[in-house]
Amino acid sequence: MPWRLLRFALSKKHPEPRMFSDHPQLKSSYDVVIIGGGGHGLAAAYYLARDHGITNVAVLEKGYIGGGNTGRNTSIIRSNYLTPEGVKFYDESVHLWQDLSEEFDLNLFYANRGHFTLAHTDSAMRTMRWRAEVNKHLGIDSEVVGPDFVKRAAPMIDLSCGGHAPIMGALYHAPGSVARHDAVAWGYGRGADMRGAEIHQQTEVLGIDVQGGKVRGVQTSRGYIATNKVLCAVAGFTPRILDMVGIQSPIYIHPLQAMVSEPLKPWLDPILVSGSLHIYVSQSARGELVMGASLDPYEVQSTRSTLDFVEGLSSHMLDMFPFLSNVKVMRQWAGMADMTPDFAPIMGKTPVEGFYLDGGWGTWGFKATPVCGKTMAHTVATDTPHPLITGFSLDRFRNFSLTGEKGAASVGH
Amino acid sequence: MKIMICPVNGPRPVSEFFCWGEIRPMPDPDTCSDDEWADYVFNRNGAPGVKKEWWCHSASNTWFIVERDTEKDVVLRTYLYGEAA
Repeated sequence: MPWRLLRFALSKKHPEPRMFSDHPQLKSSYDVVIIGGGGHGLAAAYYLARDHGITNVAVLEKGYIGGGNTGRNTSIIRSNYLTPEGVKFYDESVHLWQDLSEEFDLNLFYANRGHFTLAHTDSAMRTMRWRAEVNKHLGIDSEVVGPDFVKRAAPMIDLSCGGHAPIMGALYHAPGSVARHDAVAWGYGRGADMRGAEIHQQTEVLGIDVQGGKVRGVQTSRGYIATNKVLCAVAGFTPRILDMVGIQSPIYIHPLQAMVSEPLKPWLDPILVSGSLHIYVSQSARGELVMGASLDPYEVQSTRSTLDFVEGLSSHMLDMFPFLSNVKVMRQWAGMADMTPDFAPIMGKTPVEGFYLDGGWGTWGFKATPVCGKTMAHTVATDTPHPLITGFSLDRFRNFSLTGEKGAASVGH
Repeated sequence: MKIMICPVNGPRPVSEFFCWGEIRPMPDPDTCSDDEWADYVFNRNGAPGVKKEWWCHSASNTWFIVERDTEKDVVLRTYLYGEAA
C-alpha cells in the first residue's frame, strides 16, 4: 500500500475514484426516483438494478448519503420479534446481512455478539417466553435464560441493578449482531452506482407531481424530473413527503437520542437491552460504549439532543454497571424516528398510483435495511407487494388489523 | 433543563409534564363512517408546524393547552381549556 499512498500524495488529481460517480446534471426523466439516500433507499436502488435490471434510477438525497438515521442508529441487528410477520421479515434480513460484506467487497465490521433482552419483572419474563416460543416456532435461535447465564456473558453486570430492578432472566438471541452503519450505505451506494443508478446528493424534493391519482414527476431543488414511480424512504421526513401527495398516515415524529462513551478496552461482548431501565448498549470495535434509550417524550421534528437524556441514560447505565462511574461521555446525537401506533413499519403501495412507501421505521429500521431494499425493489418493479411485507401495508389502519410489535421493537414502554 | 409554563403552577421543569398529543376534534361515533373513525383513531399530522397540544402537569394533574412550534421545539403560549382569547 505505501506506493499507492505515495501516488496519492504526489498526484494533483485524486487518482482513485470515489465511492460513487458524480452526476453534474439530473436527467429529464427516470424509470424510478427514490427519495432518500439512506440505507433503505440505496438498498432499493441496488436490488432494483441487481435483481430486476432497472438501472435508470435516481436516488435523491437532501443532505449527504447515510447522514440521516442510517448513521444515527446504534447499529444493532436481530430478528427476535413478537409477531410472525415481523419475525419472518427480520430473519430474512439477518440472512442477507451475513453475506453482505462479501457481496460488497467492503468490510462492514459485521460482528456476531449475541443479544440479551433483560427482564426485571414477572410480566417482562412472560413477554420473553412468548417471544421465545414465537421465535422458535419460526426457526429463530432464541431462548429464555437465567441470571447466571447473563452474568457469564457479561461478568461486569450488577445483577441487582442497584437493588431496585433485579434481573430475573433474559431473552437470549445468539444471532444478534452489530455492523458499521455508514459502511452499509456506502456499500449499497457503490453497488447501485456500479450498476448504473445515479446518486444525487444535495438534492431536495420540493414537490411531487400527481395527476389523476398517478405520479407524473418530482420537483427538486435542481429542476423537474419526469417519472411514473417514486419510492419514499425518508425516515423522519415521511409526513412531509406524504403531504406532497395528499396521503394521510398515522406516522408521528419523536427524536430518538443516543450517545457514546470514551473508548475502553474490550470488556462487553454481547449486546444488552433492558426495557425496564430503558437502555440498549454494546461496545463498538473502537471500544466505545454505544448507548441508546427510549424515545423523547414528545413530538419534535429536529435532531436536537438534550442534557436530560444524558443524565437519565447515564444513571440507568450506572445501575447496571456501577464501575463505569468515571467513564466520560464523548458524543450525543439524535435522529427523527417516524413512529407508528403498532410499532411495525408501513411498506408497500399507497392510494396514489406509482407512489411507494417505505416508512414508519421508527426506532427499528437499521436491522431491516437489506430486506427493505429487496422487498421494496420487488414491490416497485412488479407493482405488487412482496409477500414478506403484506402485513405492513398502510391499509391495515383503515381495516383495524394492526401488526402489534410494541413488545419487541422498543425499550420505551 | 427546559421549562414549561403551567397556567396554574407557573414555570416548572418539563420533566414534571407529559404530552398527550395534538388536539383533534372527535367525530360522533354513532353517525360517522368506519373510515372517518379509523382516521380519527390512527392518523396524525406528523409534519412540523405550530400545533395545539394537550399537556398535563402530573404533580397537580392540571390539564391545559400548549401552542408549540414542533420543529424548533419552542412553546409559544399555554392556557387552560376554554381560556383561549
